[in-house]
Amino acid sequence: MRRHWWKILCIVLLLYNCIAGLLVKLPEVTAFETSNLYESMRNFFFHVPMWFSQFSLLTVSLVYSIKYLRNHTLVNDLNADEFARTGVLMGCLGLVTGMIWAKYTWGAWWSNDPKQTGAAIAVLIYFAYFVLRNSITDMDKRARVAAVYNIFAYFLYIPLIFILPRMVESLHPGGKGAEGNPGLGGDSLEPAMRAIFWPGVLGWTLLGVWISTLRFRVRILEEKQQQQVA
Amino acid sequence: MLLEIRQQYTFYGVLLYVASTIFVLYLAMGQPEEKVWNGLFWMIQLFICVNAVAKSFLQESRGRMLYFYSIAGARDFVLAKLIFNAALMILMSLVSLVLFRILLGDPLQNFWQFLGIVCLGGCSLSLVFTFLAAIAARAQQNAALMAIMGFPVIIPQLLLLIRISNTAFGDVIQSNQWQMVLALVGLDALVVVLAIILFPFLWKD
Repeated sequence: MRRHWWKILCIVLLLYNCIAGLLVKLPEVTAFETSNLYESMRNFFFHVPMWFSQFSLLTVSLVYSIKYLRNHTLVNDLNADEFARTGVLMGCLGLVTGMIWAKYTWGAWWSNDPKQTGAAIAVLIYFAYFVLRNSITDMDKRARVAAVYNIFAYFLYIPLIFILPRMVESLHPGGKGAEGNPGLGGDSLEPAMRAIFWPGVLGWTLLGVWISTLRFRVRILEEKQQQQVA
Repeated sequence: MLLEIRQQYTFYGVLLYVASTIFVLYLAMGQPEEKVWNGLFWMIQLFICVNAVAKSFLQESRGRMLYFYSIAGARDFVLAKLIFNAALMILMSLVSLVLFRILLGDPLQNFWQFLGIVCLGGCSLSLVFTFLAAIAARAQQNAALMAIMGFPVIIPQLLLLIRISNTAFGDVIQSNQWQMVLALVGLDALVVVLAIILFPFLWKD
């Protein structure tokens, strides 16, 4: 029971995030008077935490890749792979929620906004990581090359997500003009919204970690089975 | 280590590639307007880069790699490759710029500014592709892998380049232009540092 506390915390936080995110009263000024967001502002509670979650998962993947290069064990490689996988899953979810939101706010699923493009490219970079992994058959070599590419990709992903969006004009909320923040509006958050948003970030991240560790355990079992057969 | 210039056959091959691509482009398009000119120019740069730089690792035979390994460390080797490819790519960019001006018309208003951007752009494209070629050379189906890994990774730089070079076509004023140039230089520096740190891990075999 003691080892499962964070899973329970994750479920509780996500339930709270979903229920409160759909029911909370939105701030009058920022949602209705000075912007065109209206009720679609609620997407903020789900869409933005997914990006936070993606970022944290990919960072964990990076750490495992570095660990692999310092210390060649299968465990580190599998961990890096699975965390990157869940990170990309979260990225896809973030893209989809963003697209649904954009359909109702901007009028189109996809409007070639710099932030949409950046996010899509980030996901593509990591798809290339999986293609690279699959293309090498030798296990040691695969792990080493994949780890190198993962580190390289991560450091290109950072400017793509955090630096470039600040430099171009965008329609994205919170990103008005050149000083725009890629994600949230910073100071414009109401305390009530913060109280739902940050637990949401933690909840979605924990969910990602949970999925990754489960998949990691499955992979370890598969490896053991293969060794027994062989 | 910088004596890779011996491989002249690749050099002339790429030169021919540059000339013929631009000539075909001229036959197909005539003289396009500014925006198309700019876009086409950078796309051609991208393909030249894939062709020129990718060769650098993929064509090395095992024996020669072993030879390089015995006379120089991994860091020196990758640094030499990076410098050589950057120089090659800058040269190719300049050649294609001249050809573009002759064949596809001359919409440039700030020629020297564009020249600077072209050098910077050729340099940054070649740095990224050199490192990706090093990765792809470790995997077996390298040519296809090169494209799969390269294009997503290169898009941000390419977008930045196109945006910066738009200013060379006239009075479009962009306030944060220097910021973008700095971002590009920063990205280049990042790629070089990463290549130097990570290459030794790829090298051991």
